[in-house]
Amino acid sequence: MKLTLKIWRQKNADAKGKFITYDFDAASPDMSFLEMLDALNTKLIKERTDPVAFDHDCREGICGSCGIYINGHPHGPGKKAITTCHLSMREFKDGDTVYVEPWRAKAFPVVKDLIVDRTAFDKIQIAGGFISTNVGSAPDSHAIPVEKSKADEAFDSAICIGCGACVAACKNASAMLFVSAKISQFALLPQGRIEAKERVQTMVKKMDELGFGNCSNTGACEAECPKEISLVNIARMNREFYWAKIQ
Amino acid sequence: MIKLDANIPEGPLAEKWTRYKASAKLVNPANKKKLDIIVVGTGLAGAGAASALGELGYQVKNFCYQDTPRRAHSVAAQGGINATKNYKNDGDSIYRLFYDMIKGGDYRSREANVYRAAEVSNDVIDHFTAMGVPFARDYGGNLDNRSFGGVQVSRTFYAKGQTGQQCLLGTYSSLIRQISKGTVTMYPRREMLELVIIDGKARGIITRNLITGEIERHSAHAVVLATGGYGTIYYLSTLAVNSNPSAVWKAHKKGAFFANTSFIQIHPTSIPQLNEYQSKLTLMSESLRNDGRIWVPRKKNDKRVANEIPEEERDYYLERRYPAFGNLVPRDVASRAAKERCDAGYGVGETGLAVYLDFRDAIKKQGKKDIEAKYGNLFELCEIITGINPYIDPMRIYPAGHYTMGGLWVDYNLMTTIPGLFSIGESNFSDHGANRLGASSLMQASGDGYFIIPYTISNYLADDIKTPSISTDKQEFEDAEKLVKERLEKLVSINGTQTATSFHKRLGEIMWNYCGMSRNEDGLKKAKQMLEELKKEFWTDLIIPSDLNSVNQEVEKAGRVADYFEIADLMVNDALNRTESCGAHFREESQTPEGEALRDDKNFSYVAAWEYTGESKPHKLHKEELKFENVEVQVRSYK
Ligand SMILES: Cc1cc2nc3c(=O)[nH]c(=O)nc-3n(C[C@H](O)[C@H](O)[C@H](O)COP(=O)(O)OP(=O)(O)OC[C@H]3O[C@@H](n4cnc5c(N)ncnc54)[C@H](O)[C@@H]3O)c2cc1C
Ligand code: SF4
Ligand code: FES
Repeated sequence: MKLTLKIWRQKNADAKGKFITYDFDAASPDMSFLEMLDALNTKLIKERTDPVAFDHDCREGICGSCGIYINGHPHGPGKKAITTCHLSMREFKDGDTVYVEPWRAKAFPVVKDLIVDRTAFDKIQIAGGFISTNVGSAPDSHAIPVEKSKADEAFDSAICIGCGACVAACKNASAMLFVSAKISQFALLPQGRIEAKERVQTMVKKMDELGFGNCSNTGACEAECPKEISLVNIARMNREFYWAKIQ
Repeated sequence: MIKLDANIPEGPLAEKWTRYKASAKLVNPANKKKLDIIVVGTGLAGAGAASALGELGYQVKNFCYQDTPRRAHSVAAQGGINATKNYKNDGDSIYRLFYDMIKGGDYRSREANVYRAAEVSNDVIDHFTAMGVPFARDYGGNLDNRSFGGVQVSRTFYAKGQTGQQCLLGTYSSLIRQISKGTVTMYPRREMLELVIIDGKARGIITRNLITGEIERHSAHAVVLATGGYGTIYYLSTLAVNSNPSAVWKAHKKGAFFANTSFIQIHPTSIPQLNEYQSKLTLMSESLRNDGRIWVPRKKNDKRVANEIPEEERDYYLERRYPAFGNLVPRDVASRAAKERCDAGYGVGETGLAVYLDFRDAIKKQGKKDIEAKYGNLFELCEIITGINPYIDPMRIYPAGHYTMGGLWVDYNLMTTIPGLFSIGESNFSDHGANRLGASSLMQASGDGYFIIPYTISNYLADDIKTPSISTDKQEFEDAEKLVKERLEKLVSINGTQTATSFHKRLGEIMWNYCGMSRNEDGLKKAKQMLEELKKEFWTDLIIPSDLNSVNQEVEKAGRVADYFEIADLMVNDALNRTESCGAHFREESQTPEGEALRDDKNFSYVAAWEYTGESKPHKLHKEELKFENVEVQVRSYK
């Protein structure tokens, strides 16, 4: 199939970027979106032009490396709850014009083309996204039973892949969904309760410092999250935060 | 000349590790602060080691090529992680897990290391639970278990089909805790391109900053490699697209022996290749074989859709050939059986290179809800990729390159033949012999990182406390850096017409066809020649963008492919040398009349450890004879 690709090209963090148009006729509906970019890059390399840089690794929807803003949607249009690497070219038609951009957020500066710097996510985690337990000090796993429903809920929060689509989807570039997923996972488990109060405060503080915006409850993040992380997490985080403050 | 010594402690098997720990040399807290350790890799092995060593007070530098440590490929493991808790009261014990791994590995692994891996498995699970890893639980609030291919007890802990992700994120949390305390410094988006040896000891690495292109020097008192497997040698595999052998290969060329290079596990249940553009094969967890039944039509080239083929015209070939284990036979056996059926013309799908994995009976018996609870996310994944809804139609599966049992040779200390260079997790050859049992790699990688390396590295560093921090101005760093720069310059200056990926694909095809699930002398010799020719073509006709001072993903790929050419050659040599069949290594010349693998214990009960002797010189073989004192060596039968 033939596509008109309008791809954001930016040499490095300091350079000014712009859309460049590529008429590409070697796409196939059997390709994944990233395989289509691979094919485009092969062409560009052979023409001795700089290929399009993008992050990817597992190509099976679990590492969170990939993340491209395609036709106005993080991870692309079409099927709900998939990552860019799982996006199929079947979602596009012959003759389509496709806009391909990096995540746009102050806290995620562009590194090159479609690659952004997401270290802000690590920084938020470093502020408190852990349970302080040393190797070798753990009791037997059955010493503390955990209600199945709670464990399952914690799992549902824990499956966030740290891709940043929630931030890219949000008009305020808020990281609330990501942060609240981590806060929730630990808040739901007895092991995580001990540091819960401090954790929610330090992580939220760091999030604000790093330039992520406020949450205005539009729900765009939940709608675009490839792992269907629920807004319930944000409500829980707000509760935790409030509770920590009044204590 | 280096002599191979596994340094196995004296004493009965069950006491070796306890004795080792009791007598190992220690480093006092004040001295630990002055000792630097480099850990390359942030998977369960690397991030586990970095955090455990940081907790002890060492100064750790941790590297990965992804933008954040949380994306190491351990994240993709699906099925589960073993431990010998015996929570099910079904007769499990450290000895039984040890026995299962030795037998599963087809008697090609070292007893003492395997026993220790089983021994620390319970600590691993307890640690994960304490860190908040949300493993599956039962209604009583206790951890749940399932059984996994090749064993008869339920010892596998899991978090739906995302066990690796949950274990890795747990490990990432322990890592960032140390980063917050300043004991670990993280270097993401770095690729290790050379090892630095000073006075015979590993003292540093050279990395390329994948954003700025800068070539950097990093020094330490010891270096730990935890860089994962080299399954992408087949191009298409279940590994991450960027996973690579470069770190271990560079170490090998500096003197670390490479063991059992050709032992690569081909996983039986991956989604088959669907088209020529494909860049990656996606695994369907082995746990599916607990409830799914594998079959092909009894008629050759049967083009009917699966659900139209009546029961009596289906050949459940695993149940037929292996009545005792049925669909739960180990991976190597299941993979070969699938290949056998497809080669004989019974395969399904457009390519004929697929077999069915069918949940019809399980859904009938247990109900859709139960099956969904167990495998929901895998069924979804299958539908996203293939369009097949496994609740209605059977999945199509085919074997895919998956796990490298081969790797750097290490002794009981997990130290390579280079003093001060350690190798842990999938990057070493240690615990899985010729075939790895399901759910035992997450276990081994975590055990190595959290519970073993902290002791063995302290034992090593105790003699090094007087060595001040290593200067990167030394000549050895200068030389290593020069070497790296020259190699990169050489790659970008070829200026030919073919991309790195196109070479990788062709290399992968040669390896898959001649050094994959089934090998024979003629094929291997042919492969050797084809590799040689392709390698020449690579070095004369490669094209990559020439800018080395910024992001250049093509030069990354090209460097990896260049290393793959060399490792492929060693892999073929290793496979040629071992004329027996064992585990994943099936030499067609060595099989029983029924087509089962035939081991040759008299001549091959050893680890093949290869020494690099120089550019275009033949590798030198060293043999570590394997002694079995605690298990009886038997024919591995799953009938
Ligand atoms: C799809 C899949 C499913 C699996 N399922 C299971 C399962 O259910 N149970 C089980 O027990 N095992 C499973 N395995 C196997 C298991 O996941 C791996 O063997 C294990 O996670 C390897 O861990 P590791 O820490 O050794 O390496 P990895 O997790 O692969 O980490 C390698 C690290 O090294 C870094 N690295 C590599 N090269 C370089 C370099 N040159 N420079 C700098 N950094 C580098 C990477 O950035 C990464 O951080 C599965 C494997 C796959 C592929
Ligand atoms: S919450 Fe969803 S969108 Fe946001 S980082 Fe996690 S997985 Fe990605
Ligand atoms: S490449 Fe890993 S999630 Fe897409």
